[in-house]
Formats: sequence, structure tokens, C-alpha cells
Amino acid sequence: MTNASEPYVLNIGPQHPSTHGVFRIRVVMDGERILDLDMIVGYLHRSMEKLAEERTYTQNIPFTDRADYLAAMSSNLGLCLAAERLADVEVPERASYLRVIFAELQRIASHAMANGTLVSDAGAWQTPLLYMFREREKILDLFEMTCGARLTTNYMRIGGVAFEPPPEFWPALQELVDELPDRISEYEELLTQNEIFIARTRGVGVITPEDAINGSLVGPALRGSGVPWDLRKAEPYCVYDRMEFDIPIGTTGDVYDRFMVRLAETRESVKILRQSIAGIPDGPHKTDIPLALRPEPGEVYGRVEGPRGEIGFYLVSDGGPAPYRFHIRAPSLINLSLLREMAQGVALSDAVVALGSMDIVVGEIDR
Amino acid sequence: MTDQPLASTPASPPAGQPATPMAREIIARGSLLQDAKNVSVPLKAAGAVAGLVFLTVNAAIAYIVIDGRLDGEWYDFRDLGNAMARLRAELDDTSAGPWLSYWVTGLIGGVGILSFLGGFLLIGSWIERRMLARFQIRVGPDRVGPFGLLQPLADALKLMQKEVLTPIGADKALFLLPPVLVFIPAMLAWGPMPWAPNMSYLDINVGLLYVISITSLSVLAIWMAGWSSNNHYALLGAMRTVAMMVSYEIPISLSLIVVVLLTGSLNLGEIVAWQGEHNVWLGALLPFAMFTFFFSSTAEINRTPNDIAEAESEIVAGFHTEYSGMKAGLFLAVELGNALLVGALLATFFLGGYTAFGLEEWIPPYLILAAKAGFGYFLFIWLRGTLPRFKIDQLMNFAWKYLIPLSIANVLIVAVEASIAARWDVEGIFIYGSFAIVNLALTVFAVRAWAKVIGYTPDLEHPVGPRFASKIGGLEAAREIQGGT
Repeated sequence: MTNASEPYVLNIGPQHPSTHGVFRIRVVMDGERILDLDMIVGYLHRSMEKLAEERTYTQNIPFTDRADYLAAMSSNLGLCLAAERLADVEVPERASYLRVIFAELQRIASHAMANGTLVSDAGAWQTPLLYMFREREKILDLFEMTCGARLTTNYMRIGGVAFEPPPEFWPALQELVDELPDRISEYEELLTQNEIFIARTRGVGVITPEDAINGSLVGPALRGSGVPWDLRKAEPYCVYDRMEFDIPIGTTGDVYDRFMVRLAETRESVKILRQSIAGIPDGPHKTDIPLALRPEPGEVYGRVEGPRGEIGFYLVSDGGPAPYRFHIRAPSLINLSLLREMAQGVALSDAVVALGSMDIVVGEIDR
Repeated sequence: MTDQPLASTPASPPAGQPATPMAREIIARGSLLQDAKNVSVPLKAAGAVAGLVFLTVNAAIAYIVIDGRLDGEWYDFRDLGNAMARLRAELDDTSAGPWLSYWVTGLIGGVGILSFLGGFLLIGSWIERRMLARFQIRVGPDRVGPFGLLQPLADALKLMQKEVLTPIGADKALFLLPPVLVFIPAMLAWGPMPWAPNMSYLDINVGLLYVISITSLSVLAIWMAGWSSNNHYALLGAMRTVAMMVSYEIPISLSLIVVVLLTGSLNLGEIVAWQGEHNVWLGALLPFAMFTFFFSSTAEINRTPNDIAEAESEIVAGFHTEYSGMKAGLFLAVELGNALLVGALLATFFLGGYTAFGLEEWIPPYLILAAKAGFGYFLFIWLRGTLPRFKIDQLMNFAWKYLIPLSIANVLIVAVEASIAARWDVEGIFIYGSFAIVNLALTVFAVRAWAKVIGYTPDLEHPVGPRFASKIGGLEAAREIQGGT
């Protein structure tokens, strides 16, 4: 009797604890080892880009909330910057500062979620996730007191931001900024030296800088591979050119490096928040624009550095109040495309951790 | 669009107060101490009376114990085995023959063990969830009954109402059996547990062998469940379980052989009596064996950090993915029961069992054992709230490359020590004290030396923090930074 084994097909998802949403991976496996995989997306497709062609630029802002629902502020900002460039709208300085504050808060919240779920995927039963939710809660509280929503904020406007933060916002923000460095140190102590966590993440899901660039990776996934690229430095928008912060990069490009880059970026965000609080001027928080903004015919590609990387908005105007073409370049979709290279030939457990380290948001992949 | 915040924004809370209603509710939730202050006067009086009665009863017990009138009598409640022996003697005197006493006492003991386990299953999941919630800065279930104590009942009711599905293509008979079969070893393994000097349901002289063999039976039920489910996740989980259990049987057996070598008995009661007699816990003498037993047990019963058989983030629920309703509930209940069983075994073998340096004269020994088993259970909860999960190959490596060779070395060392203890008649405290020191030192030395032999380095010198880029760029900048360091 021969002892031959044959490969079999395993469907991970659309409902699975570690696909982070409705997303399906069709895996060909030999025992515990992954031979090949297909990624099947589209379970959350809402036809956003087509719907957007029927709505004005301002009406499209809520769509960006629902694309990347873990980083609504950053997506808002991306669309507003693109539309402002298309329509030549001036933004008051205070509004730019407010945008930076909220984008960085969103980055901290999103990275907390990303790192928490990554450690959860590595098997720590939700404890790190819930600790990181502690900070995320406070940030979402700040969002709620400013714009009434916690997740789908719809806060940025073309020409500024929707509301001036209430007076109690500033002490609460200061308190958060003061306690965040201690919290981050806590996570570093708890996780970065944990033997099991190191064994599960080091050398797993390695992406070389060449692969990262060929795969057009963005954000922490790219920087984890050691490529120093960050749009906040490379192509400063808002008031990032006045801020002092560093770009953390990884050494080997494995899951551990991506985790560490996110943790370090949180620290850098706190630095930016401090400088923004100190430097924010008085003044209006937005410029008035016509209800139906009609930009000159033309096209524009606006991009920001979101928590997951470059969020790009490609807008084409035909002179009407609604965009002729509206396209989102979603960082999650592009980062996900390297999962196949990372997961081929490794064990299922490693593939799950590698997927977790890419920090995908399915709403953004499917749009 | 106005310049003002939305009208629907709630009125701003006073400074220093949390902003959201939920945060306010969490902070406003009273502590247990505050709850105690609000207790009504009659309740306080009743509590005082109960406390006085408790003290009086305790004083009476103390008097009887010192008096020595209690020892070995049927009303000596510190050891329920005495009452059983008396009952047996009474029944043997009747004309019915020995079968009557055999059946009656067997039934009483069996019902006793089952009700202890059942009671624990009722409360165990509540304990675990509340404690995990503490570890995770949450509140945990607190809605059903006082402090949420009735939550396990509510869970069981919910599970019973759910439909029990059998997947298409499943092997019906094999699929039906495992939730029941998995209970059998979990219950039988409690048999030889010594609860007090005369209180052991199945006082057999090969108790340790019995425990090892009975607990390894559960792998059959798990394999049946995984195989018959017609589901790849279940099959993967079952394969992992079988590989893991077969591997970890060996370190467990080796760590228990050490106990036998030193105490000279396979009888669980005698192992505990040995510890009580010498006033020493075997865990202090055999630290490596205790660690091996504890760690391997986590693998045997699928607890973190070795819960790879039902790794939620990888294979959903492992071998019981396809089970629904109360069938899944049975698997979960067995998991709880097994955690307590391992806690009790850990206590029996390494933590002095029902003895506690003479305290067992005053407190019923079965309560001491229950407390120690509960401590073992707490350790499992603690690990679950703290550690990530190993990968299966790492786990196998750990068993075969580290635990088994080191356990064999441990057996050799303890064999030498046991023969020393048997040959020379030295005062216990000196010889066992020196054993404890020697074993601890040898454990530290052997673990380090073996790690060096195997070629394992802790890798703590690896840069922990990421580097910071001095300039922005693409591939060339990345290469420059790589080359520069």
C-alpha cells in the first residue's frame, strides 16, 4: 500500500475568523502546507465608483467613509484634496491643521486595530486587541464629540472641515497625547519580546524591497520591507511640511517588521499631534464653496498617506456638478495582491499571520 | 452647513468626564465595595448571625479534632471515606451479600464525583469568562442572575434550543458518537483521584498508569469527530490533535515516571501520602517534571498556547467545526472538565494533593484538593489571556527536540537520587532539601546546555525597534540604507 497524499482544496472564507471581512481565499493544500491560492474578492461590492458619478463631489464624501471604514478620516481627506485641486479651492490654515490632527488620530486608531488583530491572528486570544481598543475608544470618543459619528465620520469638506471641534475636545486630546507614549511602551514590553510572538512572526511572510516595489506595495507594508517611502514626506500635503517626524522602516520585510513599523508610526503620529496642537492658528475652519461645485473640465489624481498606505482618488470632471469618472486606488487591494507570493509553500498558520500583517479592509478592496 | 457643531451632538459633559454615554456608564458602574455599603440592615444582621454560627461551628470542630474523638469515625466529615466504610460494613452484615454494599457505595461515590464535575461545569465557564474579562479590561457576563452567575445555564439553554445539524456526506454513526464518547475518559480519569486518605473512588495500585491510559483515549473520539465531519477544517484539526497527543504522551509519561521513582508507588493515594509524610511538595523537588507535565497537558487538552487543534484564527473550531447546538456544547464542557482534571492531577502529583503541611487535619482535605485544582484551572485561564499560539511544527519540535531528551536526562538524575534516598537513612529535610537545590540547578544548567547543543539562540539581540530613514526614496534609497548598516 502506498502512502501517497493528494492535494485538496480548502475554501477560507467568505466567513472565516481571520479574513477580516467577507473575503475568500481558495487554497490548494497538501496537508498543512499551502501549494497555491486564489483570492476571490467582490462579496462586499457596492458599486461605489459608479454611484459616485451621479452625485456631487460633497455628496461623495460619505462613500469614502464606507470604503475604508477603519480609516474614514484619511479617505475623506484624500477625496477632499483631490477635489480641491480640481476646483482650485483654497483651504484655511486652521482647517489644514485640523485635518492633520484628525488624520493622525485616525492613523493611531487604525494601527491599533491592525496590530491588535494581527496578534489575535497569531493566537493571543483577543487580549492585545482589547488593550489596543482602549486607545482606539478614546480616539473614537474624540471623533464623536466633534462630528457625532465614530466610524463613518464624514468630517472633511471640500475647502476645510465640517465643524469646529467643541471646547472640551482640546483638553481630552491633550490628555490622550500625554498618555499614548506610555501605552505604546506597554505594548512594546508585552509583545515585542514575547518568545512565542517572535517565533510566529519573524521570518514569516518576507517581502524583499524589490518585490515590494514590483508589487507596488504602499504604506507600512512597503516600509516594513525597508523602502523609505511616505507621502507625508515625499509629497507633503496639508501642513505636513512643517512637522518634524521620522519614517520608521523595517529590516527584513517580515511580519514582525510590519508590526514594529506600525507601532513606531504610532509614536511618530503622537509627535505630529503634539506639534499640531502647539501650532494650530485661529481662523475659519473652512472656505465656503458653492453647493454644487462645478470644476473646470479636467482630471486630477490626489493622494494621501492613509494608515494602510497611499489612498488615491482619480477624478475626471466634464464641467458638471458630478464627477465624470471617480476611481479609488485602494491600498488594501494592492497590498493584498502579494499574499499569493507570501503564502505559497508555507503552513496555513503562517499564511494567516501574513494576511493579518497586510492589514486589509474588505470594504476598501471591494468598494 | 453651519459653523456650529451638529445640533444633535449631546450636551458637552463637564470637564474630566468621559464623553460618550457608554464610557460614562462603565465608569459609573459601582465597585463591589460600594455595593456592599448599600446592603440593607436585616441582611447585615443575618450576615452577622451566619458569621457567628460559622465561628461557633468551627470552634466546636476544633475542640473535637484536638480531642481526637473524631479520628476515623463515620462522622469524621474530614474524610467521607470513613462514612462509606461504615456503611459498607453495615451492609455486609445484612443477609443480602457483598453485591449490595458494592452497588450502593459505588453508586454513591459515582454520583458524588459526577455532581462535583457537573457543578463545576455549571460554574466553570462563568469563572473563565469573568477572569478572562479581567485580563482583558472588560466586564464579562454580568447580566443573567447575580454577577451573571446564571450565564452558563442560559448558554446551555440556548445551545439546547439550537438545531443539531448533520452535514451532507458525514458518516452519520461516527458523527453522532464523539460528543458522548469524549465524555467517558474525562469522567473515568477522576476515578483514582485521592480526595482524602480514605476517600478515593477507585483505589487501585496502578492508579498512575490508569490515568495516563484513560486520558489518552480521548484522542479516539476527537479523531472520529474530525474524520466523520466531512470537513477539511475538522480533518485538519483532528490530524493536528492526533499528532500532538501522540507526541505529548511521551513527555507526560516521562515526567510522571520521575514521580514514581521518588515515591516508589503507582498508587495516587500513596504518592500524596508520601508528600504529606515528608512535608514536601514534589513540585519543589522536580521542577522540570512539573513544567513538562503542565506544558504537555496544555497540548493534551487544547489550551493556549498549544490550542492548535482548534485554532480559531486558522481552522475555525478544529475538530468540532461541524457540530452545532448541544453537541458543540458537550465538546466545550469536556474541555472545561479536562482543564480542572489536569489541575487536580497537577495538584496530586506535584503540589501535595489533599495535604497542606498539617492543615488537612483542620480543613476537609477534599476542599484543599479542590482549591489546588482550581489554582491549576486559574493557571490555564491566565495563559489563555496572555500568550499567543505556537505553530504545529514548533510544537512538535519542542516535544521531540527539547522535552523528551531533557525528560530522559531528568529520569536518570532522579533515579540516582531515588537510590540515594533509599540507601542512606538521612533526615528527610536535609536530603530532600539538597535534592530540590540540585534539581533546580541541574534544570537550569541542562536547559541552557541543551539549547546550545541544539543550536537554539533566543534571538533577543535582533534589533527590536525599526530603523528610521533619513531620506525618502525608492529602491535605491532602500538599498543604500541596507548597505549602510
